[in-house]
Amino acid sequence: MPIVHSVIHVGLVLVLPPLLLGVINKTKALFAGRVGPPWLQAYYDLLKLLRKGSVFSRTTTWVFRAGPVVALVTGLFAALLLPLGGHAAPFGFEGDFVVLVYALGLGRFFTVAAALDTGSAFEGKGGAREVTFSCLAEPALFLGLLVLARASGSLSLGGMLGPEVLGAWASDGAPLAAVLVSLMVVLLVENSRIPFDDPNTHLELTMIHEVMVLDHGGPALGLIHYAAAVKLFVFAALVVGVAVPLGTADPWLAWLGFTAALLALAVVVGVIESIMARLRLLQVPTLLVAACLLSAFGIVLLAREWT
Amino acid sequence: MSEWLVVAAIVLAGASGVAGLLGGRGGAAGERIAALAMFAAGGCGLVAGFAGLLGGEPGLLQAAWPVPGGRFALQVDPLSALFVVQISLIAPLGSLYGLGYWAQRDHPENGARLRASYGLVVAGMLLLVVARNAVLFLVGWELMALAAFLTITTEDEQRAVREAGYLYLVATRFGTLCLFAMFGLLFAASGTLEFEGWSRAMRSPLADAVFVLALLGFGLKAGVMPLHVWLPGAHANAPSHVSALMSGVLIKMGIYGLARITSLYALPPPWWGHALVGLGVVSAVLGVAFALGQHDLKRLLAYHSVENIGIICIGLGVALLGRSLGRDDLVALGLAGALLHTWNHGLFKALLFLSAGSVLHATGTRDLDRLGGLSRQMPSTALAFLVGAVAICGLPPLNGLVSELLVYLGLFRLVGGESGRAWLAGALAAPALALVGALAIACFVKAFGTVFLGAPRSRATVGAHEAGASMLAPMGVLAACCFGIGLGAPLVVPLLGPAVASWSGAPLAVPLGQLAPLRSVAVASASILAACALLGAWLAARTRRAAGAVGTWDCGYAAPGPRMQYSSSSFADTLVRLFSWALRPEASELRLREAFPPPAAFRSHVPDTVLDRVLLPGFRAADRVLGWLRLLQRGSVHLYLLYVVATVVALLLWR
Repeated sequence: MPIVHSVIHVGLVLVLPPLLLGVINKTKALFAGRVGPPWLQAYYDLLKLLRKGSVFSRTTTWVFRAGPVVALVTGLFAALLLPLGGHAAPFGFEGDFVVLVYALGLGRFFTVAAALDTGSAFEGKGGAREVTFSCLAEPALFLGLLVLARASGSLSLGGMLGPEVLGAWASDGAPLAAVLVSLMVVLLVENSRIPFDDPNTHLELTMIHEVMVLDHGGPALGLIHYAAAVKLFVFAALVVGVAVPLGTADPWLAWLGFTAALLALAVVVGVIESIMARLRLLQVPTLLVAACLLSAFGIVLLAREWT
Repeated sequence: MSEWLVVAAIVLAGASGVAGLLGGRGGAAGERIAALAMFAAGGCGLVAGFAGLLGGEPGLLQAAWPVPGGRFALQVDPLSALFVVQISLIAPLGSLYGLGYWAQRDHPENGARLRASYGLVVAGMLLLVVARNAVLFLVGWELMALAAFLTITTEDEQRAVREAGYLYLVATRFGTLCLFAMFGLLFAASGTLEFEGWSRAMRSPLADAVFVLALLGFGLKAGVMPLHVWLPGAHANAPSHVSALMSGVLIKMGIYGLARITSLYALPPPWWGHALVGLGVVSAVLGVAFALGQHDLKRLLAYHSVENIGIICIGLGVALLGRSLGRDDLVALGLAGALLHTWNHGLFKALLFLSAGSVLHATGTRDLDRLGGLSRQMPSTALAFLVGAVAICGLPPLNGLVSELLVYLGLFRLVGGESGRAWLAGALAAPALALVGALAIACFVKAFGTVFLGAPRSRATVGAHEAGASMLAPMGVLAACCFGIGLGAPLVVPLLGPAVASWSGAPLAVPLGQLAPLRSVAVASASILAACALLGAWLAARTRRAAGAVGTWDCGYAAPGPRMQYSSSSFADTLVRLFSWALRPEASELRLREAFPPPAAFRSHVPDTVLDRVLLPGFRAADRVLGWLRLLQRGSVHLYLLYVVATVVALLLWR
């Protein structure tokens, strides 16, 4: 049986991510009173891009092409480390959360390097913003993971996001709630969503992720869009793992519940994007520091019991 | 056996430059002999080191030595062997690199002197890590410290080099003073200057004082913030293979000293561990923050040494806390993480300094904002720098990840397990380490991007050329080692087991391979590497017929120029501002005052806060206050005789 679940895991990781974008965009269209693009628009875009030809600037080198490749591989790898819906991940070990964060870091390194390879001021600007905000998001993420590790008594994602979380909600609800909010902020910033970045804007000066990939086209751009969707999936699965701890009493129901929770989270992201404006760039660090502090409060709340 | 091999290595390394000194200024024979001798020394050292790591009970080589308190006692125990291996690997690679980088025919005036002092530094380091007598240790220490002064000041016709050299000299003198005091206290506590005599647990009120002095003396050499003041200037101004040796190996002698001294105490008070973790966090975070503000490539790398020393100190601190709490898992994870990071940092930092040296050699400038687009002219150097950059950020699939993972596991176990108040250290250090990792990515993307990617920012890169074979070969070896430790973690990390056991004085309860998921990490790294290769091959095949020879699209902007690119300063600007409470950046003010503004210039600079804003003003103030004491010291012998007479008369009258 575990083999079947691993296959389902891999299948979900490969297929589901673009649907999250479709749900977000439908939600936003609903709020704006539009019909919006079809649910599967992101898949159509990917297929179209993969069929297209490419143009590469003469400034660029192999690093420019390595950016999308590494971003996609590291995103998919991270998704394989996460337990989904109470099922153990296909690949899990003690300390896997460190490897997950650092693998995503490798993707960031090459995405930004590819941006700098174009020699364009716009893309340099996007790269600088990307690394700056990640610097503040990563401590928040690790503080959250510390709380999860302590609450679940486990040092691998399988335990931190596994069935033990249900018991932890009963005993340590407040710290977990703080961590949940903090992880939600990390999700929004790491995936360049409103209020940190607007994935739909066409004003280059205000963007982060989209401006880094301005010069990519064709299959490379397809890989980038797919990698972005996979990264959203990874962080969404992290948030869902904390928010909706599912047992493995009925493994098939757990898959269904997980998928439903994931799509519900996409709706939440869509609602946030519909009712909030983008923050001024200078205010972004403030919000990220607040997310760090929230998780730190989570630790303090936990620590109250054992000093 | 391995002791004799180390003696041979010390002699070979120490004498490697003599032939060059005796020969004429133009001949190339001296430099080849020096490199050969260094390779022979490295070979002896590697054999001895690996024998010490793998072998059983280490032997003690002793001989009488007519020096007060001194005795010739050498031993290659696993802890020493780790450092012997590191020295013996990197020193010969540096000397090979020097053949191309500092060739005798290009530098007839100081080449021979540089090689002679380089050999002495290596000999001193080898001596001090195997010495088992305090006087012998100090001889090795001073040989290393003073010869390093000579290597730093190779280009002493430049003012910046002289200043960096004097600063280093002052700092290292102060450090040695602390070590003298520390050994004095150990002598007072035990009545002997032999390391053996100290190996019993010493429980005396002096222990705290010994620890503080060790922290000062060894921390100064290691470059722990705020004792790092000598480090950026010295690393930036020395020839690049010397920077590689200093940053990769020499500063680790401080770590060796700290590990050796802390191993003497079976039950250290918890505040030792807290102090090391705290200092480590400060060094790591501020080290990388200062690095972000630099636009001198080698200075940037030098500040990263401060950062990595911080990570090593966090690991050591976790090990000490584990010892205080009686938790073997923390001792093993913390110490193995610290020692492995010592190796790793030696590899990737030497790699980075060597590739930075190739850039300097090819373009004549270290200024990031004058470089750009070098990966076309220097593809192999660019690849080497990229490997080093990915490794130092702790990213898969390279070696930095393995050691940082060990430290992380130690910290998370500190928070997760029964550790009393010590959880606070873990809760503070784990997110700080995450912050450091993200900042390091920012900093190395900036460095790699501005030097090797994009378009050239000045004419400095026009005649740039790829480095020669003798410079590329050492980089290749170091890069291969980075991959080797990253992908072969399950084979490499257990080598540290004996060193951890000898530090903690008891065999490991659980082998390192079971404490940490080494196999899984190696599988993870290998699969990421393989998947990237596959997908990359697909994309390369898919885009083979891409339209080329077009400019960067840039949103349709018609005339983008290389001067419009993001520079290293603009890339780091937001982060530098976030850390401005510590960095205190200086920038000239630009303000438009009229409708048609005149030409303007803008400069920004991040000085070293500790050195330029605390120490130097402090010294100047002390100079002003104490200046009147010079009235007494006139340099006239008559006056001094008068003082003597006056003192004697005063004493006679008083008694």
